[in-house]
Amino acid sequence: MESLKDKVAIVGMGISKFGERWDASSEDLIIEAAYEAYEDAGVEPGDIQAAWVGTLRSGEAGVTIADPLKLKDIPITRVENWCVTGHEALRNAALGIASGLYDVVLAVGFEKLKDTGMPGLGTGRGANPVYQAGATAPGYFANIATRYFHDHGWDEEQGKTMLAKVSVKNHHNGTMSPKAHFQREVTVEEVLKAPIISWPLGLLDCCPTTDGAAAAILCRADLAKSFRSDPVYIKGIGLSVDPMLPTLRPGFDYVGFEANRNAARQAYEQAGVVDPREEIDVATVHDCFTITELVIYEDLGFSPAGRGWEDIEAGTFTLEGDLPVNTDGGLKAFGHPVGATGLRTAYEIYKQLQGKAGPRQVKNVELGLCHTLGGTPQVACVAILGNSKG
Amino acid sequence: MGPQVCLDSVSRLARLVGVMATVATRTSKRTKEAQTTGIVAAGAYIPLFRLPRSAIAQAWGARSLGGERSVANYDEDSVTMAVEAARDCLNGVDRSTIGGLYFASTTAPYHEKGCATLIAAALDLPSDILTADFAHSLRSGTNALLAAMAAVDSGQAKQILVVAADSRLGYPKSTNEQLFGDAAAAVLIGKDKVRATIDAFVTHADEIHDVWRRDTDSFVRSWEDRWVIEQGYTANMRETIGTLMRREGVEAKDIARAALYSPNPRGGQAVARALGLDPNTQLQDSLIGSVGSCGAAQALLLLVAALEEAKAGDRLLVASYGDGADALLLSATTQVRRGRKGRGVNGHLASKRTLSTYEKYATFRGLIPLQPEPRLRVFEYSGATITWRLRNSILKLHGSRCNKCGTTIFPIQRICYHCRAKDDYTEVSLADQPAKVFTFSLDNLAGGLDPPVVKGVVESEEGQARIDCLMTDCDPDEMRVDLPMEMTFRRMHEGADMHNYYWKARPVRSANGASSG
Repeated sequence: MESLKDKVAIVGMGISKFGERWDASSEDLIIEAAYEAYEDAGVEPGDIQAAWVGTLRSGEAGVTIADPLKLKDIPITRVENWCVTGHEALRNAALGIASGLYDVVLAVGFEKLKDTGMPGLGTGRGANPVYQAGATAPGYFANIATRYFHDHGWDEEQGKTMLAKVSVKNHHNGTMSPKAHFQREVTVEEVLKAPIISWPLGLLDCCPTTDGAAAAILCRADLAKSFRSDPVYIKGIGLSVDPMLPTLRPGFDYVGFEANRNAARQAYEQAGVVDPREEIDVATVHDCFTITELVIYEDLGFSPAGRGWEDIEAGTFTLEGDLPVNTDGGLKAFGHPVGATGLRTAYEIYKQLQGKAGPRQVKNVELGLCHTLGGTPQVACVAILGNSKG
Repeated sequence: MGPQVCLDSVSRLARLVGVMATVATRTSKRTKEAQTTGIVAAGAYIPLFRLPRSAIAQAWGARSLGGERSVANYDEDSVTMAVEAARDCLNGVDRSTIGGLYFASTTAPYHEKGCATLIAAALDLPSDILTADFAHSLRSGTNALLAAMAAVDSGQAKQILVVAADSRLGYPKSTNEQLFGDAAAAVLIGKDKVRATIDAFVTHADEIHDVWRRDTDSFVRSWEDRWVIEQGYTANMRETIGTLMRREGVEAKDIARAALYSPNPRGGQAVARALGLDPNTQLQDSLIGSVGSCGAAQALLLLVAALEEAKAGDRLLVASYGDGADALLLSATTQVRRGRKGRGVNGHLASKRTLSTYEKYATFRGLIPLQPEPRLRVFEYSGATITWRLRNSILKLHGSRCNKCGTTIFPIQRICYHCRAKDDYTEVSLADQPAKVFTFSLDNLAGGLDPPVVKGVVESEEGQARIDCLMTDCDPDEMRVDLPMEMTFRRMHEGADMHNYYWKARPVRSANGASSG
C-alpha cells in the first residue's frame, strides 16, 4: 500500500458562519463556503475538474452542489459516512487527486439541520425498527460516560466536573472564533447545573444542532505553490469502521473505540508519526459530547489509556498547553452541521498551519491533526496535515 | 370420550335459585378418566405499579373506594401481561411438552389478528400447537379453560396453556375506573402430575346487556348498578354454582376455598353467603382491595391464588361471570405444593411501586393527549417484513452462539463477530436468563410517556451476550452499573400502524421496594 503523504495539497478553504441559520438555505450555506474557498485558492468555478459533496441527510446526489454552484460537465459524487461525512468528502477528493486523474478538485460538506424542527440529534441509523427504539445520540454517548465513571470509581459529581472542564475549554476557544455557533464563556458550575439531556450528560456537555457548510480546494502537491505560497499538505488520512453496534458487541469495554485507534494508526503510519503527543502541534477532534473528547485523547494516543483525565487536570489541551485541542471551539462551541464537520475540523488546522488563526493561533505549528467520529459510534477518520512538503 | 351432557328443567332451577324464571344450565359429570385432567402448573402477573384509589378520588373530587388498584405500565397491554403470567407458570416446565396456547381477554390489542400466536412466539413455544383467542366475554378466561380441558380430555393435546389477561378502561371519574385492575393469570392444563383435578363444571349462558363495550367504544358501559348486580351477577353466580354443588352432592362445608369473580368488593361475599359459605374463612380474597377487578383474568387469578394456599384434598370452587356464568369444582392433589418456582399471585402482590399521581395513570392509558414528538427524534418506523424476518431475535429474544469459537451475540448474527465463522451457530434464548446492567443513560431527549427514557446495555448470563434495550419498571435514581435485571416482553411503539413488541430489561422484581414511581 502506498502512503498518501505529500501527494495532495489544500490550496483554498472556506466556511460559512455556523449557527441557527434561519436566514440561509442549504444552497446559501454552500455558496458561502465554496466562494470563500475559490477566493482563498484564487480559482474560478470553471477550474474545478471534479467534486465531492458530503451531507448526512440534507441532500442527495451530486446535484446538491451542482445546482447552487452551477457546476457543469464535471463528475460530482455525494458521500456519506455519518459524522465522518465531511472528512469523507475531503478523503475522496484527495484520492481523486492522488489517482492522477484530476489536478484541481472541490470538496464540500454541509448540513441544514434547522429546517427539520428537531431540537437535538437522533442517531440517523436506520438498521432496525425495534432494537434501537428510543435511541438518541446523547444516549449512546452517555453510555460511555456512565461506564467511564464506573471504571474510575467516580461519583456523579466527580465525573461531571471532569467533563465540564472540556466544555469550559472549548467554549473559551469559541469566543475567539467569529464563525463559531457560540462565542460565550461557560463556567464549570454552569455546566454542572445545566439541564440533563441524557444522564449523565447535561446540555452543556452536548454540541448544539447547527447549520453550516465548509469547502476545500485540493490540487496536486507539485502544483500547490502555483496557487499560493503557503499551501497545506496532506500527510495521511486514516478511516476505520467497527462492525456491530457498540451496545451489542461482545466483551466491549465501552470506554474507547477501535475505529478511533485504527484510523489514527493508519494516519500516523502514512505520516510517519511515531509519538503523536510529541509530534502533533494542534488538533481538532470530535467533541460531540464532552465524554467523547476525553476518550479520544486516549484513543488517539495523546494520553495513556484510562488517563486522559490527568491531562485535563494538567491543562495539556488548553490553548496554552502542550497539545492544544479544539482551538476553534470544537463541535461544542463551533457547532456540528454533520456533513460539514470534517471539513470544519480541517479548516481550523489549515488556518493554524498558515499562522492565520488570529487570537487563537498556536505557536510553531508544523503538523496538525483533525478527527471525526461517527454514529453510535462506529466510524472514525483521522487526517494529518502539515505546512511543509517533506 | 367427550363429557356427558344433560339439561336441567327450567322449573327445578327456578325453585333452586328463587329469582329466575328463564334459565338453563349445561352441566358435565366427568368420567373417572376425564377427572385426571387438571392443573399442572399455575402462574400470575400483576404489574409493578399500584395506584391508590384515593389518588383517583382526589383527581375527581370523588369518594375513594379504598385500597389500591394495579396499573399496567405504559408499555404493557393484555398480550405483554399474558406473556409474563405464562412465563411465571412455565417456570421449570419443558416447553416442548406444550400442545396448545389459549389466550383470553376482553382487551386484546388487535380486533383482527390473533394474539395467541404472538404470545406463543414470545414464549418460544413449538409452532405445531393449537392456538386460539377467546375474546369479548368477561367469562372468556374460564371459557378457554374449559376448552383446554376438553382438548386434553379428548387427547387432542397433551398439555394446553391457558392464559387470561385484561386491562379494561373504566370511564374517567366512574366507579369502574377505581374498581378495575390490570392483571393476568395462566394455568397449564394436562394429565401428568396435576396439582388439582377438575372434577366437574356447570356452565350457564344468559343474554344480558348489564356490562358491555361496543366495537367503537373505549370504555366499559353498564346499566343501572342494582340491576346489574342483582339480576346479572348475583343471580347467575348463585344459579350456576348452586347447580354444580347440588349435582355433585357437595355441601358448603365441603368447600375449602371458593374463588369467585366479583365486580366489586361485596359481590362475591353476597354470593358466598347465599350459598352457605363463610366469606371470612371459605372465600378467596377477591383482590379488589389490592389489585382490582381484572375482567377475564379475575377468576383464574383467584384460582392461582387459591392453589398457592391449598392443601392436598382441598376442594376448590371457581366461578366466573359474564353473559352467564361458569363454575368448576376442583380437588387439590398431593402434588399441589410441588416445587413452585414462579412469583405467583402472592409474590407479585408483594412486589409493587406506588404510582404517584392519577395523571401518570391517565398518561399510561393514553387518556391525555400529549404534545407530539418530532418524528426524527424517536425511531417509530417499522415494517412487517422486518419484524417477521427477525422474529427469532425480536420476539423470542434469541441470540447466536458460534459453533466454532463459542462467542454468544445478540441479535442473531450470520457471521461471528470474533472468528467470522459463517452461518455456523446455534440459537440460544436469552429471555429467561439473568442479566445485569452494563451501562445506561437516562434520556430526556427520546421523549416517550414516562421520561427519562432509561436505555442502555445489559449483559446476559448466557454467554455474556450484550442486549441493547430500554429499561422499564425502574426508578431512574436507582439505576447503577451491575444492577441485577430480568428481561420482560413489552410493547415498544406503533410504527407502521402495528403494535411493535420487543423485550426490555427491568430490575429483578423481588428487589424492588415500595417506593414511589
